[in-house]
Amino acid sequence: MLSIKNLHASVEEGQEILKGLNLEVKAGEVHAIMGPNGSGKSTLASVLAGKDGYEVTEGSVDFDGTDLLDLKAEDRAKEGMFLAFQYPVEIPGVSNINFLRTAINEIREYRKEDKISAKDFLAKVKDASNLVELDNKLASRAVNVGFSGGEKKRNEIFQMAMLEPKLAILDETDSGLDIDALRIVSEGVNKLKSEKNAIILITHYQRLLDYIKPDFVHVLSEGQIIKTGTKELALELEDKGYDWINEETAQ
Amino acid sequence: MELVVDNKVLEFVADFKKPEEGSEVRKQAMAALNGMDFPTTRIEEWKYTRVAKYVKRKYKQVQATANVENYKIADLNAHQLVFVNGYYDESLSTILEDDAVEIQNIDTLDEAYYSDLVDGTEENVFSLINKAYQTGGVSIQIKKNKKANHPIHLLHIVNGEEVIANARHFVHAENGSKAEIVATFHSENSENSFSNIVFEGHVETNASLTINKMQTEAKNMLHISNELFVQDESSNFLINTITTGSLLTRNGLNVIVEGENCHTEMNGAYLGTEKQHLDNHTLIDQLYSNCTSSESYQGVMDGKSVGVFNGKVIVRQDAQKIEAYQSNRNILLSKKASVNSKPELEIYADDVRCSHGSTIGELDPEAIYYLRSRGISEESAKQLLVAGFIGGVLDKVENEALRANIDDLFLKDFGWKF
Ligand SMILES: Nc1ncnc2c1ncn2[C@@H]1O[C@H](COP(=O)(O)OP(=O)(O)O)[C@@H](O)[C@H]1O
Ligand SMILES: [Mg+2]
Repeated sequence: MLSIKNLHASVEEGQEILKGLNLEVKAGEVHAIMGPNGSGKSTLASVLAGKDGYEVTEGSVDFDGTDLLDLKAEDRAKEGMFLAFQYPVEIPGVSNINFLRTAINEIREYRKEDKISAKDFLAKVKDASNLVELDNKLASRAVNVGFSGGEKKRNEIFQMAMLEPKLAILDETDSGLDIDALRIVSEGVNKLKSEKNAIILITHYQRLLDYIKPDFVHVLSEGQIIKTGTKELALELEDKGYDWINEETAQ
Repeated sequence: MELVVDNKVLEFVADFKKPEEGSEVRKQAMAALNGMDFPTTRIEEWKYTRVAKYVKRKYKQVQATANVENYKIADLNAHQLVFVNGYYDESLSTILEDDAVEIQNIDTLDEAYYSDLVDGTEENVFSLINKAYQTGGVSIQIKKNKKANHPIHLLHIVNGEEVIANARHFVHAENGSKAEIVATFHSENSENSFSNIVFEGHVETNASLTINKMQTEAKNMLHISNELFVQDESSNFLINTITTGSLLTRNGLNVIVEGENCHTEMNGAYLGTEKQHLDNHTLIDQLYSNCTSSESYQGVMDGKSVGVFNGKVIVRQDAQKIEAYQSNRNILLSKKASVNSKPELEIYADDVRCSHGSTIGELDPEAIYYLRSRGISEESAKQLLVAGFIGGVLDKVENEALRANIDDLFLKDFGWKF
């Protein structure tokens, strides 16, 4: 589904952040990307989602047969890409469900489907908000305005449930969540998981991986994936930190 | 040697019809015009608004008709008073059954009462031209302790090139009365025409008056409004001013609060495109204690448009425990658009709570990206953000029929959905 080859990306000021990153993700898989702060995890998410301000200097990203890097951010979403933001943005005056209705209809138009009916849309809102136990009132309030940290993260997964992406990248969705919220959000994500879609979990805590079981765990350090393993690797990282991998790769 | 007096104002009005029976108001206005000139940008009040090229034109006062169907507001269910080029058109107007409302020609307004009310307030050359040469308008009386059964819709249309429309209205909201007035301004084939409007009123003790004003004239016109409202004690006055029209618009709105326990609220939304120049000058003059006022104006400026906001609040020495809130927020959608914003507080009392703020910014790029990342095109994302920004002001329009009409207009003109 997603094939990243030798990806190099710099910020506009010229500093290279991603330095030859490779990653293969297939439908039905869950990948965890772990790594110390500043290693480039969010940059990877931004480059994949199509945020302005990054320049890809080398490499390629194929997303189900299309050249992802060629597409505008909105078209990537229309192709089935979703990013749950590490820091969700507050948008005063724009109602959560109104903007989702616009999004769903633009996505449907892109796929040459009919607009969603009011009835179907409301049913969807109900299911999606139940999934992450998001208060009904929050669903219709202005996007993230006055939401607590945990509510913002839940809102991201609520949106994921509404948009039903092929590939969801969850950037530190677990950080700042208390244990109850973590369980709710994780269970929500697990219910959304299927053989047809894939999930990339960006995190630096292994505790999320107790709830959402990854098929692969990758370690990202200084813009490269330096080690790939299974769930056990995450436990090892929790125990020993990241330094031993750097030493191992240095040898 | 003979001195040639070159008076631009007298030349401007030279061809206007002089009514045979001049009222005192007319006579005084005519006399006052003798010594006047048009404002230049050297005058503080007109620093950012240049009228020179507009007042060089030769405007004519002509009656016309118009297709009023285009401008009716569905389901408003209002007394509808139609003014075409500043002339009252009885055939296009509808006055409904309403024991709370009396509507008469402006010329019937009691002169002694009027001069007493406006005594000491300032006039400018445009309000004087209007008062000297007005061609029509209404005096609206909302009767004591009564609530108007219907809103009153003052529907203005300018039809024709280089026309001047001098409509003058007065509303007298008597003690304990309640009413809503909707004033709309439209135009057809109105190249280089000029709407020169005076709208004044008196909100007596315990009365409550709401005015919703919407101006959507063609972007080749000049629109100047001079509005003055006097509030007596324990009265409520709310005015919402929505401006998308005219090449140059100057809304001058003054409220004099002449009693305790009053509430004054003024909100404005202005949306400029192309080369429009939209100027809102407001004044709230607090003379008595224990009053509150709230003012919120928001602008969205695109193209090469220019916005001007000057909001003045005066709290006089004897006016204690005043709470005055004022904000002016602006979004620039283009690099070439600009806004001059000047909130002014003049406080002479010592126990007051006032706050004011003004911002000029662009749409939040992080918010645009967030919306795009959900599959919304950049264009729609911007529309959602602008609608969200301006929606807060539009929500102050409580009349649902009018609000639906405004939403329609914004969807048609700007593609903005609410
Ligand atoms: N827009 C940017 N401009 C400059 N530096 C940036 C920008 N975005 C990220 N960086 C830098 O890139 C590095 C990686 O950041 P980030 O991807 O946020 O790391 P992570 O998510 O792994 O903590 C950091 O050193 C950060 O300062
Ligand atoms: Mg990060």
